[in-house]
Amino acid sequence: MANLRIEQLNKRYGATTVLNDVNLSIEDGEFVVLVGPSGCGKSTLLRMIAGLDGASGGDIHIAGKLVNTLAPAERGIAMVFQSYALYPHMNVRKNMTFGLKFTGVPPTERERRVAEAARMLRLEELLERYPRDLSGGQRQRVAIGRAIVREPEVFLFDEPLSNLDAALRVSTRVEIANLHRLLKSTIVYVTHDQVEAMTLADRIVVMNKGRIEQVGKPLDLYYEPANLFVAGFIGSPAMNFFEAKVESIEGGRARVTGAAFRGLDVAAASLSVGDTLTVGVRPEHLVRGEAGAFAAEGIVELVERLGEASFAYLRRVDGRMFVAEVRGRQTPAPGETVTLVAASPDVHIFDASGLRVATGTR
Amino acid sequence: MTTEQRARSISVHLVLIAYSLLAVGPILLVVMNSFKVRSAIFGSPLAPPDTSTFSLIGYEKVFRSSHILLYYSNSLIVTLVSMALVLLFGAMAAWALTEYRFRGSTVLALFLSIGIMVPIRLGSVAILNMMRSAGLNDTLTALVLVYVAQGLPMSIFILSEFIQQIPKDLRDAARCDGVPEIRIFFEVVAPLLRPAIATVAVFTIVPIWNDLWFPLILTSSDSTHTVTLGVQQFLGQYITDWNSVLAALSMAILPVVVIYVILSRQLIAGLTSGAVK
Repeated sequence: MANLRIEQLNKRYGATTVLNDVNLSIEDGEFVVLVGPSGCGKSTLLRMIAGLDGASGGDIHIAGKLVNTLAPAERGIAMVFQSYALYPHMNVRKNMTFGLKFTGVPPTERERRVAEAARMLRLEELLERYPRDLSGGQRQRVAIGRAIVREPEVFLFDEPLSNLDAALRVSTRVEIANLHRLLKSTIVYVTHDQVEAMTLADRIVVMNKGRIEQVGKPLDLYYEPANLFVAGFIGSPAMNFFEAKVESIEGGRARVTGAAFRGLDVAAASLSVGDTLTVGVRPEHLVRGEAGAFAAEGIVELVERLGEASFAYLRRVDGRMFVAEVRGRQTPAPGETVTLVAASPDVHIFDASGLRVATGTR
Repeated sequence: MTTEQRARSISVHLVLIAYSLLAVGPILLVVMNSFKVRSAIFGSPLAPPDTSTFSLIGYEKVFRSSHILLYYSNSLIVTLVSMALVLLFGAMAAWALTEYRFRGSTVLALFLSIGIMVPIRLGSVAILNMMRSAGLNDTLTALVLVYVAQGLPMSIFILSEFIQQIPKDLRDAARCDGVPEIRIFFEVVAPLLRPAIATVAVFTIVPIWNDLWFPLILTSSDSTHTVTLGVQQFLGQYITDWNSVLAALSMAILPVVVIYVILSRQLIAGLTSGAVK
């Protein structure tokens, strides 16, 4: 088990920068999820930690040891691939022991580890089967088993669930969470799925365009996104954004107005008159009513019913759309004009550069 | 199936059957006539042997008057050793050229592809000189060397294509597992290349086994003759011993057929893989 420290890590292919000065510190036993849209550099970062891709600059320390020049096998890592990457011509047992032969693990010890991993992952029945005879979920468990028997310092997961169907994804997700509880190992997990990120992570690293946008606990990211990107990325459906301006400041309170919502009073903090702002409100924080710190009006165009909630898509005064979550059986009808309000702690203010402004509401 | 489809299917099969007859015909003729007496070979060349014309005289003569078994073993040694070397070096070179980027790798790949375009026989005189000065004249080694050079470019080309189809994650997984590069090649990549290797094996073996040119110019003594060259001694300027020629040729065909049958399943998998997923 080990901690992981990444300093000033860069990756360039010719003129394109894939990773830009990434700094990240992961504690021993922590489950960290790298999340971001495709092409944000999260997989590249993982492959660089594994040693499969070289860095253009910067350092990686695993368990306090500088590993920049070490081969993947010498770094004390094990990786689980999206495609499982099982050796097709070896049965499950051989898939798991193949790597151990080369790292000086004696045969009896190999057998012990395989037996233990098989028990943990319910693979005992499958040990003599070949990958082609296994289902997707079983293959994924074998891939995880192959990682476990190496007894690595750090587990690396590269989108391990994206080839599974929805039901299996949920159950495998739970299994991975259990595994982490059991093994207490350091895990770095890459996904583009924010549900996976929120459910699994001790801490989430949100990446965009080769940079880290924010690192934090799942609920911290949700309630206090550092910037517009994180605010829009975490949460589904995405947060609604409204253009706004600071109209006046009086007695420590700033009056924020915009075309598509009613005026809003927030703590002035660092704001000054005339500032361009973005006001963000999550769909699930909007409720029908009249009284609220924030209020916006819209004409319902479409209602998506999911069961426990429905999503109403509304046309705003400025012609753009926003989304509100409606609970219960009473959903607004298309064509209806609805006023939706949100309490002040649920209203996020971002400045012109996209950074969240501390308005002292929370 | 509509009548139109059926008609098309029949016409396609007619063309294919005609082509097959054209291809198999001469071979059939050789094998058939090798079991007939001399008069019947000329009297009715297209008739299969019957009780009155059947004879093994050709085979008897071949075994009695020539070192056919020696020629056979020479051919086998040259073919199999060449094949083994072509497959080994071809696969290794293909792996290196597709997997690793190193200084000069592009130039090297280009150089090898020239080998596909330029027939090796153009270099016969230079090869003969080279073998002479290396003291390899009239040895099987000389033949093996030439055939390896002849077979390598195409095998590297074919195997490179197949290696590219092996998922990159597999090699990465093996690297994370701590498998040394050489073992990744032999224990992860090579087993997955089996169909490709069978394909290359057939493409390599057939021209080598059938080659007359290089044995003719590189070997001179009876002890280094191959089957194709050995047969020539029955073809005289004035008299040709057709019984023996046909018998020897029939025997020469046999090993290629056997190898093809053994490898054909893999060969078909190799030829069609990639065409359908």
